[in-house]
Amino acid sequence: MIEVTGVSKWYQQFQVLKDCSLTIKSGEVIVICGPSGSGKSTLIKCMNGLEPFQQGEIKVGDVSVGAKGTDLPKLRSRIGMVFQNFELFPHMTVRKNITLPQVKILGRSKDESDARTIKLLERMGLPSQADKFPAQLSGGQQQRVAIARALAMDPVAMLFDEPTSALDPEMINEVLDVMVALAQDGMTMAVVTHEMGFARRVANRVVFMDQGSIVEDAPKEAFFGTPRSERAQLFLSKILQH
Amino acid sequence: MSGFDWNVILNNRGLLLQGLAVSFQLTLVAIAGGMALGTVLAMCRLSRFRPLAIAAGSYVNFLRSLPLILVIFWFYILTPQIVGHPIDAYSSVLIAFTLFEAAYYCEIIRAGIASVKAGQVNAGLALGFGQFHVMRYVVLPQAFRNMLPVLLTQAIIMFQDTSIVYVVGVRDFLTAADVVANSNNRPVELYSVVAVTFLVICFTASRLVGRLQRKYAL
Ligand SMILES: Nc1ncnc2c1ncn2[C@@H]1O[C@H](COP(=O)(O)OP(=O)(O)OP(=O)(O)O)[C@@H](O)[C@H]1O
Ligand SMILES: [Mg+2]
Repeated sequence: MIEVTGVSKWYQQFQVLKDCSLTIKSGEVIVICGPSGSGKSTLIKCMNGLEPFQQGEIKVGDVSVGAKGTDLPKLRSRIGMVFQNFELFPHMTVRKNITLPQVKILGRSKDESDARTIKLLERMGLPSQADKFPAQLSGGQQQRVAIARALAMDPVAMLFDEPTSALDPEMINEVLDVMVALAQDGMTMAVVTHEMGFARRVANRVVFMDQGSIVEDAPKEAFFGTPRSERAQLFLSKILQH
Repeated sequence: MSGFDWNVILNNRGLLLQGLAVSFQLTLVAIAGGMALGTVLAMCRLSRFRPLAIAAGSYVNFLRSLPLILVIFWFYILTPQIVGHPIDAYSSVLIAFTLFEAAYYCEIIRAGIASVKAGQVNAGLALGFGQFHVMRYVVLPQAFRNMLPVLLTQAIIMFQDTSIVYVVGVRDFLTAADVVANSNNRPVELYSVVAVTFLVICFTASRLVGRLQRKYAL
């Protein structure tokens, strides 16, 4: 589904990604973790072409993300993305946030889009919030709306960049539960997170990044059993403390 | 000097109101035209196509370093020579104001666009919107909300500045008052009425700005 092959990226002299390779098969859930600044966000932003890269190749299905003629908006409409800070559009109601992209990008009718929006909000446990503005919702609710907005585009895969890092502890689970359900429904997912509980429940593989390199890419049992690299061990012991 | 003679105002109210209407019209047209052109200029300045950005930047810096009154004179005298036939003072003033205000609105709008966080642009792009649609649906609506107070303040300044058209003889509010003052020899009454009218309108408008600001703040 998503195939990253030998990707390197530089900001001027500074190399953010070093020869990264990673394959996510259809229906797989990959958790990406690693210390701050290791390039996790950069890597998943490369997957939908939000960040350009200078070397290597990324394919989503048969589409090459970095190739010249690629219709990036079309490609992106097929890949959902969820951000740390939700990034709902603050000047639109929840309903409009989810409906507008369906109408403008997919060309769905207003009625059909609206029906889909309501269904998704119900699925996210937010049936009566459609006509509120994002600022009137809690962080956990906003993030679930953001997930609904991404799902409304019927994506073939979903990318999550630290979806629970900006949330108060008591709201983390309501978002993780939605993500677990999504994973169990067979969604292809790449999730940057430090929530190892989530990784344990649904991840197929755990990828550990450090200083721009993929240091470890292992089935979760192996990763939590005995990570091969010292850096991964050290990292795990740190984040599992709390 | 006898006391205030208010009859001179009442008797000439038609003329004065017409003048006031011209001032309002000038303000509204210049705001609409200036904002439209200013938005285009701001897009050009932010464009990654360098020549376009440089051209727009030069335009803005050039106009912002000229006094408004010079721009008005300039258009009044130059436009007929360019188009080859005389044009009326009112049209030349409309063009001058629009072009002049556009330079200021451009900078306000540019700051407004910059105030929208990069994450919002990424969210729009990630959904599959193209650059243009991200601007239209995501960035500009937020930018305009953020800059509403500055835009309206600029509009109030602009309304006050319309009185400059006096110099080319356009019958705005001040010019109308001046005509009445001279023909009746009643400058004190007329200039007082002009002052009070400007005060009331601008004060009310700035109170309104404060209210809108509270209502639309994101
Ligand atoms: N626009 C940029 N210009 C220069 N350097 C950048 C830019 N964006 C990111 N970087 C650098 O690239 C590196 C990787 O950043 P990235 O955001 O991918 O890390 P991350 O693993 O997601 O970290 P975090 O856990 O803090 O989110 C960091 O060292 C960062 O400082
Ligand atoms: Mg990050």
